[in-house]
Amino acid sequence: MEMILLFAPLIGSIVCGFGHRIIGERAAMVVATGGLFLSAILSWIIFLSFHGDGYTISLFRFIESGTLTTNWAIRMDRLTAIMLIVINTVSALVHLYSWGYMDKDPQWKEGESYKPRFFAYLSFFTFTMLMLVTSDNLLQMFFGWEGVGVASYLLIGFYYRKPSAGAAAMKAFIVNRVGDFGFALGIFGLFYLTGSINFSEILDPHNAEALSKTNLQFLSWDLNALEVITMLLFIGAMGKSAQLMLHTWLPDAMEGPTPVSALIHAATMVTAGVFMVCRLSPLMEYATFTPNFIVIIGATTAFFAATVGLVQNDIKRVIAYSTCSQLGYMFVAAGVGAYGAAMFHLFTHAFFKAMLFLGAGSVIHAMHHEQDMRNYGGLRKKIPFTFAAMMIGTLAITGVGIPLTHIGFAGFLSKDAIIESAYGAGTGVGQYAFVMLVIAAAMTSFYSWRLIFLTFYGKARGDKHTHEHAHESPIVMLMPLAVLALGAVFAGMVWYEDFFGHHWEDFFGASIYANHETNHVVHDAHAVKSWVKASPFFAMLLGFLLAMWFYIWSPENPAKLAKQQRSLYALFLNKWYFDELYDMIFVRPAKRLGNFLWKKGDGAVIDGGINGIALGIIPFMTRKYQAMQSGYLFHYAFTMVIGVAVIVTWFAVTGGSQ
Amino acid sequence: MDNLLSIVIFLPSIAALILAIILRGEDHASQKNAKVLALVATLATFVISIPLLTQFDPSNAGFQFVEEYNWLAGLKYKVGLDGISILFVILTTFLMPIVIGACWTVTTRVKEYMIMFLILETMMLAVFSSLDIILFYVVFEAGLIPMFLIVGIWGGKDRIYAAFKLFLYTLLGSVLMLIAIIYMWFEAGTTDIPELMQHQFSSESIIILGVTIVGGIQTLLFLGFFASFAVKMPMWPVHTWLPDAHVQAPTAGSVVLAAILLKMGGYGFLRFSLPMFPIGSDVMATFVMTISVIAIIYTSFVALVQEDMKKLIAYSSVAHMGFVTMGIFTINQQGLDGAIFQMLSHGFISAALFLGVGVIYDRMHTRDIEAYGGLVIRMPIFALIFMLFTMANVGLPGTSGFVGEFLTLTAAFKANTWIAFGATTGVILSAGYALWLYRRVVFGDLIKESLKSIADMDLREKLMITPLVVMTILLGIYPALILDLIGPSVSALLEQVHAAQGVLIDATPNAAH
Repeated sequence: MEMILLFAPLIGSIVCGFGHRIIGERAAMVVATGGLFLSAILSWIIFLSFHGDGYTISLFRFIESGTLTTNWAIRMDRLTAIMLIVINTVSALVHLYSWGYMDKDPQWKEGESYKPRFFAYLSFFTFTMLMLVTSDNLLQMFFGWEGVGVASYLLIGFYYRKPSAGAAAMKAFIVNRVGDFGFALGIFGLFYLTGSINFSEILDPHNAEALSKTNLQFLSWDLNALEVITMLLFIGAMGKSAQLMLHTWLPDAMEGPTPVSALIHAATMVTAGVFMVCRLSPLMEYATFTPNFIVIIGATTAFFAATVGLVQNDIKRVIAYSTCSQLGYMFVAAGVGAYGAAMFHLFTHAFFKAMLFLGAGSVIHAMHHEQDMRNYGGLRKKIPFTFAAMMIGTLAITGVGIPLTHIGFAGFLSKDAIIESAYGAGTGVGQYAFVMLVIAAAMTSFYSWRLIFLTFYGKARGDKHTHEHAHESPIVMLMPLAVLALGAVFAGMVWYEDFFGHHWEDFFGASIYANHETNHVVHDAHAVKSWVKASPFFAMLLGFLLAMWFYIWSPENPAKLAKQQRSLYALFLNKWYFDELYDMIFVRPAKRLGNFLWKKGDGAVIDGGINGIALGIIPFMTRKYQAMQSGYLFHYAFTMVIGVAVIVTWFAVTGGSQ
Repeated sequence: MDNLLSIVIFLPSIAALILAIILRGEDHASQKNAKVLALVATLATFVISIPLLTQFDPSNAGFQFVEEYNWLAGLKYKVGLDGISILFVILTTFLMPIVIGACWTVTTRVKEYMIMFLILETMMLAVFSSLDIILFYVVFEAGLIPMFLIVGIWGGKDRIYAAFKLFLYTLLGSVLMLIAIIYMWFEAGTTDIPELMQHQFSSESIIILGVTIVGGIQTLLFLGFFASFAVKMPMWPVHTWLPDAHVQAPTAGSVVLAAILLKMGGYGFLRFSLPMFPIGSDVMATFVMTISVIAIIYTSFVALVQEDMKKLIAYSSVAHMGFVTMGIFTINQQGLDGAIFQMLSHGFISAALFLGVGVIYDRMHTRDIEAYGGLVIRMPIFALIFMLFTMANVGLPGTSGFVGEFLTLTAAFKANTWIAFGATTGVILSAGYALWLYRRVVFGDLIKESLKSIADMDLREKLMITPLVVMTILLGIYPALILDLIGPSVSALLEQVHAAQGVLIDATPNAAH
């Protein structure tokens, strides 16, 4: 069953990508979509029937060299099972949705066959993502890790005619490679220190404890081995999960078709970093510096991305920054040791964020690929079903529920669990995270409602013709929305006890390790005071009211405020100038350095030096022979043959091997 | 058959002889005949070389298929294969039919062109299988002649300059190697490679002109060989002949150069430097690793700003060879395994990349990146294949390019974290230059008028590239195919080196245990 689940998307991808000329476009798409639905159903069977500590199925050998041994394997435990349903469910729905969304895409010319390619990429992505989460060692994980990177690269650059798409695809891959640089060094280090990169050994808590008492000479510093390793691995997670400093690729990734954003850049790939931190929980448990660093990065990202989300006008970019921000929440939870809460938010977020993206896709589809919210307005009557879906998504992400109970939309339960954990951690960084996350919750609410109000309320703005022709999306696009809506409403309430209840550790079994001597965060989180528990609710309310005031009651307000706070507005609108900064300190100097090394290093010093002095002979020879026919080279070669013959003779005469 | 290896080595030359004697005329039909004959000969060589692989006993770390004859006067002809050299022999026989396929569009002096490649094949096979150091030296140098002519006669505009640069760089390096060989012969009294491997060259420090040379004679001999192999690799800073040679060489010449000839240097380090001068290698290891890392970073930056496709790939080759030398001089199992794997993998990947450039060069007659853009629209198959090899070139897991980089970097981390840290930045930089190339050539809209009617790959081109696709993916997913074969030979080599150095085998400081 696990094999079918894993390979159905791969087979679907191959058949769809290469076989569509033979079996036809529709059949190819059916195969890909069918494969995913099969995988999704199997995932749910595994998830619901799963109990115990898990098992591993070895497939065949991967890299083996000396003491390094790795296998291609399927590791099945609770953590994997959760990821399986998230990946396969969202992927299956996105496949289905794409039948409608990608139909008659205006980016393509008549007769161009682009749909099988799109479905093949989607299925291929799903396969690599499954390889990532089912891996039994860091190497296969790295395979999946980079594999999803390639799939993401191909899908971001799907509209290859657009220069901006090509640029965004490349940026995504390279920024991720910066993260992978850390990840790879972490793997090398772990192998150096423990002689293994298999989870069965490196995730052994005794091993982790021993590592925490070992020092490693890293570069010129003598550092704690475990802190170095976990830090390097986390750099990988920062790249993939678009955390502060390595986040710049995610908003640009919106160049890809919207279903891609929903699948890869909201629900699955970007959460791989969170998954990795949870997977490595035994290592994280014995480290101290790295988890604190994770909390700080997560909290800061949550805050930073929310500020940028406040002022963006492109509907997809708002949701992209929202994703970035929500990922920050998950890292805070993982960093304070509430792995269950991190996975819980990952799980619920997948539903409501995928739904928001697909909903946005439905709006974009209705509006003839217009993405600027300033040209929307009053759409709720034109596309009522989409409106309802977006509404549910917004209620879920902003965290609407009844304070101090466990009744509410999915985001209410999972986000509050994280905020309570941050406070419950009882540390300085925990307090910092608590404050940041509550402020971010208010901003989340503001930008989410801003999106709703700008899109669905008020008067129609922008091109009149487009508004007149706005139409509800076809049923294949609405069905996935309905399914995801179920998740957005109920996922939190149904699974709260499992992920974040008193017995959360039983639910996760051996897949997550919490060191009982130091980690009481979940227990403490349950015991925080009522004002802490209620604070995200009030933050949400505040954000909602501000959005009402700004976009419903007095719509002239935003412009006024933007004028008043011009520099702050510019800072947010320009994403804190990260792109400009990176261009200045990395991209342009790299090109300058390249040119310098080429012209001065290779040209002047090496060629000039060696040719000029030692080999002054080359230009001389060249000049001499340039005038002649190149046939004369034979003469020259002939002298070489003579030369070789002379050497041979010399050896022969003087005795050779005798 | 007892002389299977010799048959494999000489078959191409026999075909060259037949071509030279029998074939006459420059008309279309005789050109075609020359090509077909060369193709048949190289294919036959490949087929005959397969039993070498199937009959090879990987558990035996010694030399197999050994043949020994007396040659001129006191010289010996002795050949044989171990787990390391057999792969290079197969790599050569596997790639040569593809190389001949890449010559199909050539129309000038076709017969001579084919003869050059066939002789070159014999030379290369002899380099990888010779067990006598004089024989090795002769074929190592003689192999240069056909390459020199291929660049100098069938090359581009500045072919003469490039040919001389190639020739003089490699020749000057070899002079020092020749001196070292002569000294070795005087000291050890033999030219037999297996015997030389057992011979302990003196390693007592000596003082020359007031400079103390640690490792003494061994270090000097090491440096003599190093001069030659470093140029062949090529290592920074003696790499500048390679971009010029590649740019000027015809497609088939570039393929041979990148895929096979560059591997001679790495092979030389494994066959001579490590086993014969273990102390010298140890003394110089940090130095070699350091310049390898400089090569990786330096040439990657240079590749980033290239406007000529072939130059870009040439610089990327230098960077990839940096991983090889770095891996070899970590002197541990993962490093050597990784270095050998990287050489083979680079053989397939660079061959494919140069073939890819050849495909579009044949159509547009320019290598300027600027002249392209949007090829995916007219050439979807080319776009797919070029994507695969671009990704393989940046070391994507699942392609063969990853395995070598991963193993050598793992090994480097053991040796020195600075080395590993520096070399791993190459992972970021390679993504930069490779994707930047791909984006400018393949992505974007097809606006340029000249490209509007460009045709996708034809059957010949697809046939040439398919074996490379298969190998790149197969070895990426199941690297044990290679690693199982080289494992015993590599550990035997390491045992010998470490014994000479008095170091424990594969000393992993299992710190956590």
